[in-house]
Amino acid sequence: MPALATPSPSAPAPLGVSFHNVEKRFGSLAALRGVSLEIRAGEFVALLGPNGAGKTTLLRMAALLMNPTRGAVLFSTAAATQHAPSHQEASAFRPKNSIGLVGHSTLLYDELTAAENLTLFARLYALENIAATVAAALDDCGLAARAGSLVRTFSRGMRQRLSIARALLHQPSMILLDEPAAGLDRQGLAWFSARLARLKTAGCTVLMSTHARNESLDLATRAVALAGGRVDNDSGSNGDPRALLAALRTEQ
Amino acid sequence: MTTARAAAIILAKELRLEFRTRELLTATVIFALVVVVLFSFAFDPTAAESRRYGPGLLWIAFLFAGSLMLNPSFAREQNNETLDALRMAPISSFAILLGKILANFIFMSLAELVLVPVFAVLYNLSLAGIVWRLILVLALGTLGLTVTGTVFSAISAHARMRELLLPLLLLPLLTPLLIAAVESTAALFAEQPALDRTWLAFLAGFDIVFLTASWLLCDHLLEE
Repeated sequence: MPALATPSPSAPAPLGVSFHNVEKRFGSLAALRGVSLEIRAGEFVALLGPNGAGKTTLLRMAALLMNPTRGAVLFSTAAATQHAPSHQEASAFRPKNSIGLVGHSTLLYDELTAAENLTLFARLYALENIAATVAAALDDCGLAARAGSLVRTFSRGMRQRLSIARALLHQPSMILLDEPAAGLDRQGLAWFSARLARLKTAGCTVLMSTHARNESLDLATRAVALAGGRVDNDSGSNGDPRALLAALRTEQ
Repeated sequence: MTTARAAAIILAKELRLEFRTRELLTATVIFALVVVVLFSFAFDPTAAESRRYGPGLLWIAFLFAGSLMLNPSFAREQNNETLDALRMAPISSFAILLGKILANFIFMSLAELVLVPVFAVLYNLSLAGIVWRLILVLALGTLGLTVTGTVFSAISAHARMRELLLPLLLLPLLTPLLIAAVESTAALFAEQPALDRTWLAFLAGFDIVFLTASWLLCDHLLEE
């Protein structure tokens, strides 16, 4: 089993995130209009909706890359929920160490090799045994043989696999995936689904936005549909996401 | 992780990227050399004229070359949105900025290392006896240029006309630095070379003020 497959005993506790009446405006354009949503630690949420629904904006806020124009985005661990932190404490809790993001872009340096890219981020996250961790990550995503190749020489699918490996390198307890299946071939998709299944088993919180069908959607425990910057439909934490996912599939 | 350690990691990344592509250094050195050589063709300076106008021409060349070099500093992080990955890492925003400032300072210093001897030959100026004092003036002036340039590179990175925006924002702001650097350099190239401590203190003050401002404002500079 690769070193990064399952969170180690020292890995951060499962992380939840809640959006409280969140609004995000870009000039006159409102990307999110009063979104209230609580994602519990350990949930696997499929974020659905057409282009422009606000999925990426929501994920970028959860990734601490963007602040809401109005409202609040708060994070909580299972431990924090038990001792009920004040709003001020919750606002100050910005668990960068515990969040991983796979975005629209690869977030990789084209002029660095695959190993150099992962080593850079391993250093920034102050990981231990960097060489072994990077080697395990490259092995896991099937790029060990291309460790010394510049990323600019990679195909779209290889870049996406490396991008996913980079996002999981520090064993985040919350992983944010923005259309992660883009560019992956059949083999890549199978690897990705297996990887997600392992993360789900390990208790990692997953938020995955998609508007296309892929097999990893079957892992979702909850589906949230956005439309026009608002929550249009939510199967809920204890509900059944299959109806929403089926509707999505019918639309394709 | 300490800010210094994180900045060192960013610096190492910047150096590796630049020495692999050599994009910034090559363009900067060639551009600055062209400016200095063209100035020398535009008029045929005597030794006295060189002492009078040379320092100004030298710093104008540095400023133009600097604005050319500093523009891609943050702009090239846009390619694959790599700045997002850096911002998500558990390091301070100032570490990202400081790493880039240090990298730009090194690149600019290397360009000056090539440019100054060529300038001395073309303008009949002797560097003998003033090398260490000149290095001090160049270091303080270059630090001010790279601190402000890197900050404005971060500000203009998202703009559509960033190539135009950076010099427009940067050059007026650097006027006090230009005056101090030119006066300090002119004092060194005078018949009786001397280190002008007043202008030197001004340069150091400029560096401290803008470095402090970048430390205070770094979170706002890098956020969307």
